Amino acid sequence: MSDKEFNYYISGETGKWEVVIGLEVHAQVSSNAKLFSSSSTKFGSEPNSQVSLIDAAMPGMLPVINKFCVEQAVRTGLGLKAKINLLSVFDRKNYFYADLPQGYQISQFKHPIVGEGEVILDMPYGTKKIGIERLHLEQDAGKSLHDQDPTKTFIDLNRSGVALMEIVSKPDLRSPEEVAEYIKKLRSIMRYLGTCDGNMEEGSLRADVNVSVRKIGSKEFGTRCEIKNVNSIKFMQQAIQYEAKRQVELLEDGKKIDQETRLFDTKNNETRQMRSKEDAHDYRYFPDPDLPPLKFEQTFVDQIKKKLPELPDDKKERLIKDYKLSNYEAGVLISDKDTSDYFEDVAKNSDVKLAINWVIGDLFAALNKIGKSIKESPISSKNLSKLIQLIKNNTISGRIAKEVFELMINDNRDPKVIVEEKGLVQESNVDELEKIIEKVLKDNSEKVAEYKSGKDKLFGFFVGSVIKESKGKANPALVNDILKKKLS
Amino acid sequence: MTDLAKLTLVESIKHIKEKKCSASELVGAYIKRIEKSDKLNCFNTKDLENAHSKAKKIDTNQKLDKTLVGAPIAVKDLFCTKGVKTTASSKILSNFIPTYESTVTEKLWNEDAILIGKLNSDEFAMGSSNETSNFGNVLNPYRLNNQNLVPGGSSGGCASAVAADLTSATIGTDTGGSIRQPAAFTGIVGLKPTYGRCSRWGIVAFASSLDQAGPMTKDVKDAALMLDVISGYDEKDSTSAKKPKSSFLNSIKSNVKGLKVGIPKEYRVDNMPKEVDDLWKEGIKILKDNGAIIKDISLPHTKYALPTYYIIAPAEASSNLARYDGVKYGFRAEGKDLTEMYENTRSKGFGTEVKRRIMIGTYVLSSGYYDAYYLKAQKVRNLIKIDFDNAYKNVDVILTPTTPTPAFKFGENVDDPIAMYLNDIFTVTANLAGLPAISLPIKYNKDGLPLALQLFGKSFDEQTLLNTAYFIEQQVNFKSQVKDWWMS
Repeated sequence: MSDKEFNYYISGETGKWEVVIGLEVHAQVSSNAKLFSSSSTKFGSEPNSQVSLIDAAMPGMLPVINKFCVEQAVRTGLGLKAKINLLSVFDRKNYFYADLPQGYQISQFKHPIVGEGEVILDMPYGTKKIGIERLHLEQDAGKSLHDQDPTKTFIDLNRSGVALMEIVSKPDLRSPEEVAEYIKKLRSIMRYLGTCDGNMEEGSLRADVNVSVRKIGSKEFGTRCEIKNVNSIKFMQQAIQYEAKRQVELLEDGKKIDQETRLFDTKNNETRQMRSKEDAHDYRYFPDPDLPPLKFEQTFVDQIKKKLPELPDDKKERLIKDYKLSNYEAGVLISDKDTSDYFEDVAKNSDVKLAINWVIGDLFAALNKIGKSIKESPISSKNLSKLIQLIKNNTISGRIAKEVFELMINDNRDPKVIVEEKGLVQESNVDELEKIIEKVLKDNSEKVAEYKSGKDKLFGFFVGSVIKESKGKANPALVNDILKKKLS
Repeated sequence: MTDLAKLTLVESIKHIKEKKCSASELVGAYIKRIEKSDKLNCFNTKDLENAHSKAKKIDTNQKLDKTLVGAPIAVKDLFCTKGVKTTASSKILSNFIPTYESTVTEKLWNEDAILIGKLNSDEFAMGSSNETSNFGNVLNPYRLNNQNLVPGGSSGGCASAVAADLTSATIGTDTGGSIRQPAAFTGIVGLKPTYGRCSRWGIVAFASSLDQAGPMTKDVKDAALMLDVISGYDEKDSTSAKKPKSSFLNSIKSNVKGLKVGIPKEYRVDNMPKEVDDLWKEGIKILKDNGAIIKDISLPHTKYALPTYYIIAPAEASSNLARYDGVKYGFRAEGKDLTEMYENTRSKGFGTEVKRRIMIGTYVLSSGYYDAYYLKAQKVRNLIKIDFDNAYKNVDVILTPTTPTPAFKFGENVDDPIAMYLNDIFTVTANLAGLPAISLPIKYNKDGLPLALQLFGKSFDEQTLLNTAYFIEQQVNFKSQVKDWWMS
């Protein structure tokens, strides 16, 4: 499996540098209600239409924990093979900002709900285990809208109070590729669990990226910089590349790295200082006196564990075993739960080899072209499996199937109906085929002579001409057989 | 004819139920006094017209079976009342009209009590003399040689209003003695229930782990009745306790035989006036003469209670008051940018004492100081709780004076915050330990000022507290000597 070697280093004038990366991922908990209020969490609603008295921090309002969000955090923790803490504490993180109505964010500081866990990455150079430091629950803030008025800032509190899971990795990542794989894997696990939709465009998943560099072989970590709130995998990778290079240049110039918070400027593709360590906020964390410590029994955890769905790593193993898929094929399928579900649906009722080729080949390409996810696929798994059946039972040829597939993309019609309607059923009647073949040979008598004098390569020409003559319907295998006999 | 406003709450309701008077007549009697009592400055907001019309409506009811039917009740201006201005006696909320009703006031109105107004207090309940209110001093109905005295605080408006018969009963809030100390200064009964007995939902928060609403009444039975109505579990307050529905009034028993009463030696502070020491001895004698068992006890960490309180309460307050930032509601002072708007709003919107406590609280939570102050204070708080737990192994209630002195003059302690904070020396321990405590008027000193004793009870054992207080009340036969001097 390790056909490649890990090879991401920054080459400087003084030698090679290793990049050390840790991520703090903010994942929005899939829940209809917010972490401490019953307001809706629906994306894209009218500004300030999903704001309860609690979310707006009206005087005398008190938070009440949403039990479902606790379950979701536990579920995610189990998916990360992590330690679940039966006692955790909500703290207040105090700072002033216009879109933070309470003047503090309720988070978990010293005692998170989930402790150490791990995520396994499948890299070209083998599997790699990334440690999870912790997962904690916290509230999201509202949104400041600076572009609505030339002089005013507007505030939308729809997001205020929405539950987030902050998932902190250990500094185990070593390249932008590993970061991309890590995010994809984490997202995949949460999607399997149904605990976070992982939708980065809607802000359901974003990350603070901690980057430092050190000389190869060094055991000490370098001083790190934190790049705040990066919201796409591509930006994370670009930010890391830029930041690592910046740090190496500074160090090679004999300068020091200042521990600081930076932001990634997506327009200029560079990181910039946001605030230095001296300007760092003093958040004055303390346990929220409105919320008793969060306590639950092991039985609560066990019950959630019992109902956990199959997770990517297990699924991959099973796909390889049950369907005899290659590691690569299984890896592609499980990266997204919808894809592997779709594949299994198709394969169950048709043919495994054809199913894998059609799903990761034609279907992926088609979806990519129209910009849709597999969940939004215009072709249902049921219809794709019917199409494969038609190939398998020789009703249509692979070539015709591709034509039918193109039609199905437009209207998701039953391929059988399309085939019948368009008269695309494969011609397998030997008599009929012989008629066509005789016509082709007659029309190309010169080429027949050439073939018989030794130009073997012309065989393909005859096959092609017959298929063409039959308007694609001729069964290629039969055409082959008959042609061979006729030309011998 | 009976002066209706002189009746206790229990008597008033009996009058209405027995149709000896109508709700309109009762409300009218109070309104008449309120209209002549502006000099006392008890009210931040009067709601007399609404009170009148609600009384009329009640008079048309066939059934007069609700627990507080027709009782005119003004409440501390810290309870959010739907559609009625709620200011916390602060400029920063001077224009704030809630769209919601606090749980405890909702319970009053559900029992057909009638809101007649919102009562003055120290700003955000921070003070011991009502002098920090944005709306001016409240006068104590009792005077010293015709000189005005403070009513105590923070529930000063509540205390004076009950003593001056401007409300049939009221509810205040007690964070460090804010119900009991003003009750003591004005010769009324004040009960701070066990933390969690009453919901905090809809009460402007001062220090969440200490705040508790409770009755301030003309006598002990009234306090029992009020507690019956306002107590109870509230799913909207995560710190409220799941306890069965109480019937304190019906269960009240006048008997102290065999009751074990603790006398804590640490409450015998230096420089305690002789009259207060004598008062304490009198209280002990009454109980002893009637079959109670008096035990000397020790609460060794008492001397740390005040500094502990003045770390924890400001810490929580500094965070709780962050929401008053001029962004969403309340007072705003404009500025050239967000930071300046915050600074202007909060420096103009808050008074001196509130700002002092926000600064203390911010300081003790700051990184580098947290462990030395806040964390240490939490540890001491725990030791204080353990002191009481140990004491309650041997006694049922604990008897102390409520305050080290009777009511004092305006300005006496204003320039010396520490001297002012000493007023809470006997009361803060109940808040730190979460225990119930009641202040009960006993007698007048040689200057005609009320003096009061305090009883601490076991957690959620308000019944024993009420029983004991009821017994003492009958023995001492304290009668109001308020002379209506302020009425023109």
